[in-house]
Amino acid sequence: MPQLASAVERLSLVIEIGGMPVRVRTTDPVFLAMLLERYAGFLAASSERAEIEFDVDLTPSRFADPNAVVRVTQRLGRWTFERGDFRAEWEPVSRTGWIRQTANPYSIDAVLRIVHTLVLARQGGFLLHSASAVRNGKAFLFAGVSEAGKTTISRLAPPDATLLTDEISYVRKLDTGYVAFGTPFTGELAKLGENVSAPIAALYLLAKGSENRIDPLPPGEAVRSLLANLLFFAEDEELVQSTFHSAFEFVSRVPVSRLTFVPDARVWELIG
Amino acid sequence: MSRLYVARNPKVAARSLDGEMMIMSGRDSTLFTLNKTATILWQSADGTTPLDEIVEHRICNEFEVEPAEALVDAETLARELASHEILQISEEPIPPRNTVAGESR
Repeated sequence: MPQLASAVERLSLVIEIGGMPVRVRTTDPVFLAMLLERYAGFLAASSERAEIEFDVDLTPSRFADPNAVVRVTQRLGRWTFERGDFRAEWEPVSRTGWIRQTANPYSIDAVLRIVHTLVLARQGGFLLHSASAVRNGKAFLFAGVSEAGKTTISRLAPPDATLLTDEISYVRKLDTGYVAFGTPFTGELAKLGENVSAPIAALYLLAKGSENRIDPLPPGEAVRSLLANLLFFAEDEELVQSTFHSAFEFVSRVPVSRLTFVPDARVWELIG
Repeated sequence: MSRLYVARNPKVAARSLDGEMMIMSGRDSTLFTLNKTATILWQSADGTTPLDEIVEHRICNEFEVEPAEALVDAETLARELASHEILQISEEPIPPRNTVAGESR
């Protein structure tokens, strides 16, 4: 029987963040080029076996609000991610999914963040609203809400510090302890983190003040602050519970302090 | 007057840290930090001990307070926690199969 249509050529790239390769397939070479540029430094060989595979269906441009509330739900083993500017599904068992969006880099960025939070939640890790950097072989996390100083502390980093991210830190729990990985998830600095990792030595909650000082936080406050800064989207009781317990586990192993700082480079004399 | 029974909602996560009980709702990820009275109520909420007995034996023993007054406060607290789906409340004992609490250390 003759083929009615030829197969559509699928182009692909593998984006590897936190050691987890995700293959993204598209038929649009312009979109592929956009992603290659966006995730430069976080690309694995396209022949590499990916842990997750997404097919992207590009839709025509239309009004969509990327600031709309994201919904992440699970039914019968299939996750659905929805926001004003995209809709995606992912099935962990088959490790495959699809994304429907317009040709922009922001929607797929959100999908990647979501899928990483889901995978990490089952492994005791998480994404955290924090800048992070490596100094003297150790990673330091600087958490805080918008305007807390994540971008400022990143800008002030000395040359011997390697920036992992100025916005969203990637935390994995390994047998050896907690490790922070660089991410391409950027904030105001709009600079991709370096694709390196290091064991986490401390988590600092940022506060701007009139002097540079570090004050250890009581465990309860440390857990509350950590939970308040976690990225977590899923409406899923099991994952909520595991993320909650992960926060306690993290605080029991990693020192958490408040870092009060004036916006100049001397704050880094306290770090590392 | 009917008795009230309280049970921990199995769908919440709970941990005690340095005497502070923290609970996260599995429904909407809201975090609650319980005060001492609420912590006692939470820890005693086994679904089979009536609230008035919890008040008499656990709360009145801990705080110098009249049982009648304490019971009114405890009922208000229990209903508030139930409104957040942290506790289940019933005028009948709550079967154990529904009271598998989230981890509590």
